[in-house]
Amino acid sequence: MGATSTAPAPRTRRGSARGGETAAGWLFTLPAILIIGVFLVAPIALALWVSFTDWNGRNSPLFNDNVEVVGLDNYAAITTDDSLTRELFGRSIRNNVYYVLFVVPLQTALALFLAVQVNRRLLRGKGFFRTAFYFPSVTSSIAITGVFLFLFASTGVVNRVLALMSVEGPNWFADPRGIIHLLLPQPPASWLEPGFLGVSAWEWIAGPSIAQCVLILLAVFTTSGTFMLLFLAGLQNIGPEIREAALMDGAGPIRSFFSITVPMLKPTLFTVLTLGLIGTWQVFDQVYLTRGTPAASTLTSPAYLAFQQAFTDNEPGIAAAIAFVLFLIIIAMTLIQRWVLADRDEPRNRRRERRRLAEGAARLQVGPTAGAGGGLT
Amino acid sequence: MKERVTGGLITGYVVLVVLALLYIYPFVIAVSGSFKTDQEANADPMALIPETFTFAAYERLFTGTDLPLWATNSFVVTIVVTVFRVFFDSLAGYALSRLRFRGRNTVFALFIAVLAVPSVVLMIPRFLVIKELGLYDTYGGMIIPLLADAAGIFIMKQFFDSIPASIEEAARIDGAGVFRTFWSVTLPMAAPALITLTILSFQGSWNEFAHFVISRQSPDLHTLTTGVGTLVSGQLGSGTQFPLKLAAAVLMTIPVAIMFFVFQKRIMSTTEGGEKG
Repeated sequence: MGATSTAPAPRTRRGSARGGETAAGWLFTLPAILIIGVFLVAPIALALWVSFTDWNGRNSPLFNDNVEVVGLDNYAAITTDDSLTRELFGRSIRNNVYYVLFVVPLQTALALFLAVQVNRRLLRGKGFFRTAFYFPSVTSSIAITGVFLFLFASTGVVNRVLALMSVEGPNWFADPRGIIHLLLPQPPASWLEPGFLGVSAWEWIAGPSIAQCVLILLAVFTTSGTFMLLFLAGLQNIGPEIREAALMDGAGPIRSFFSITVPMLKPTLFTVLTLGLIGTWQVFDQVYLTRGTPAASTLTSPAYLAFQQAFTDNEPGIAAAIAFVLFLIIIAMTLIQRWVLADRDEPRNRRRERRRLAEGAARLQVGPTAGAGGGLT
Repeated sequence: MKERVTGGLITGYVVLVVLALLYIYPFVIAVSGSFKTDQEANADPMALIPETFTFAAYERLFTGTDLPLWATNSFVVTIVVTVFRVFFDSLAGYALSRLRFRGRNTVFALFIAVLAVPSVVLMIPRFLVIKELGLYDTYGGMIIPLLADAAGIFIMKQFFDSIPASIEEAARIDGAGVFRTFWSVTLPMAAPALITLTILSFQGSWNEFAHFVISRQSPDLHTLTTGVGTLVSGQLGSGTQFPLKLAAAVLMTIPVAIMFFVFQKRIMSTTEGGEKG
C-alpha cells in the first residue's frame, strides 16, 4: 500500500492546488463509487433485508405493508425444516462439493503441469502451445457447453472414440448415477433414511454423477489455460538459474520440481487455489444450460437453486438466504485454504498477492467460468 | 546450460502435442459439424470433412431465429460497457495512484473489499436492486451495473504506480489542470494497460451470461449469450439440431477469437505487468 501514505497533504498557502486535488480525487472516483455502491454494496444490504422477510416478489420489498419480517425462517427453510426446499438445497450442496473436490485439484495440477512444460527453455513452438491451451479460456460458456453437449451425446464423438477402444460409453448427460455408487454394493436400508439437510447418507457418498463428470471436464478444459498463465508468471519470477543450480547439484528433474519449483511457486499456488475455490462454488452457467437434461438434479448448484427460487418459485427470501449461505461457505473455504497453506515462516507480500488475485479475476471474468471470474469483481 | 535429459524433452513434446490436439479438437469438430446436415452430424459426428457440405444451419440461424437481433444487442452492450468501463476504471485508478485526497484510503479499501465479493452470490441481490430502481428489462439494467469493476481499477492503479510522477510535473508547471494532465500526459503513457483492459472488458461483457439472465426477460433484449443459450438448452423439438447449435457457437466465438488472435501476445503476456516490487 505504498502509494496510500496517510500523511496529510501539507497546507500550502496556495491551498487551491491541494484543494483541487481533493475535489478531483472524489470526482475521478465518483463514477466507480456510484456504480459499485449501487450495484454491489446496496444489493448486499437489500438482499440481507429480503432474506429476513416473507416478501413474495410482488411490488417492492421496502415500505410494503404486505411484507412481514419472519426472522430466520428463510434460513431455517433450507437448513432445519423438514421440507422439500431443504432437500433441494442439500442436494445442491452435495453436487457442488463433488464439483469442487474434483475440479480444483485437477485444474491446478493440469495448469501447473502445462506451465512447467511450456516454460522449458529448449521447447519450440511455445507460442503455439500457449495459444492452444489458453484459447478455451476466452470463449463463451454458452458456446463451449453447446459443443460439449454435442461431443458427449449418447452416440457422440466421445462415445465413438471409446467404442474404437471397445469401451461402451455411458449416456453422459442423461446418466444421474454417482460414480462412487457404481463401485459400491447396495447399501443397508438405514443408509437411505433422510440425513443431514434431508439427504440420505447413501446420497451424500454418491460422488459426482456421470453427467456432472462432463461439467467437471468442461471446467478443467476452460480454466487450466488461465491458471497456466498465472503459473508461468510465477515460474518466470524464479528464473532458470535456481533450477539449473539444482540440476548441477545432481537433483533429478522430478526432485528439483518438488523441492524447488513447487515451494517457490507457493504464492501463485495460493492465488490459483483461492480463485479456483471461489469459482467452482459459483458454478451457474453450465447448470442453467443443462437444466432440461435427464440428470439435471445431479447438476444443480446452490447458485442455480437461488436463481430458481427467485425466478420460478417466487421465493426471493429463500433465494437471498441461499446466496448468503453460499457466501459464508465461500468465505469459510477460502479461510481454511489460507490457514492450511499459510507460510508461517515469512510474512506474505499482500500487495503482490492482491495484484495476482485482481489479474486472475480479471482474466477469469473473460471466459466460460464467468461465475468464477466475475467472481472477484 | 543445456537441459540434460533430452529423453525428457522428447516425451514432453509428445505429451504436449497430444494435449494440444485435445484442446483444439472440440473447436475443429464444432466448425465442421456446423456445416453438416442434421443426419450426418448424428450419424457421423467424427468426420472432420462433411460429406455433404451445407450452409443450411447458418441459413436457419439467420432466417429462423433472432440471431441478428441478439448479435446487435451484444455489440451495443459490449461496446458501451467497454468504452465506459475503461474510462471509469482509469479515472479511479489514476485518482487512487496519484491524487492525494482525504478519504482515499477508505475508497481504496472499499474497492479491495468488493474485489472479494463473489459475483454469482450477488446475482439475486443485484436483481433486487435493478428491479427496485425500475431498470429491470431495460438496456440500462443490463449495461449500467457493468460499467466499472474493482479488478480493472486495481490493474489501472498498479500501472499508474509504475509511471514516474516526474513526467507530470512539467505539465503541472505549465498550469494544466488535473484532468488535462491525466488525459493528455499520463493516460497516453498507460496505453499498454488500457489495451489490456479494453480486451478484457470486451471479452468479459461479450461472454457475460448470468447478469443478462437476471436483468432482463424480454426476447427483444436477448444478447448472443442468452439467445444462443435458449437454443443450446432448448427442448429438442425436432431432433437434436446439432449443426444449428454448433453454428451459433461458432458465430458467437468469432469476435472474441479475432480479438484473441490479434492481441494474443498482449493477452498472454506473463511478465508481471507493471510490477515494481
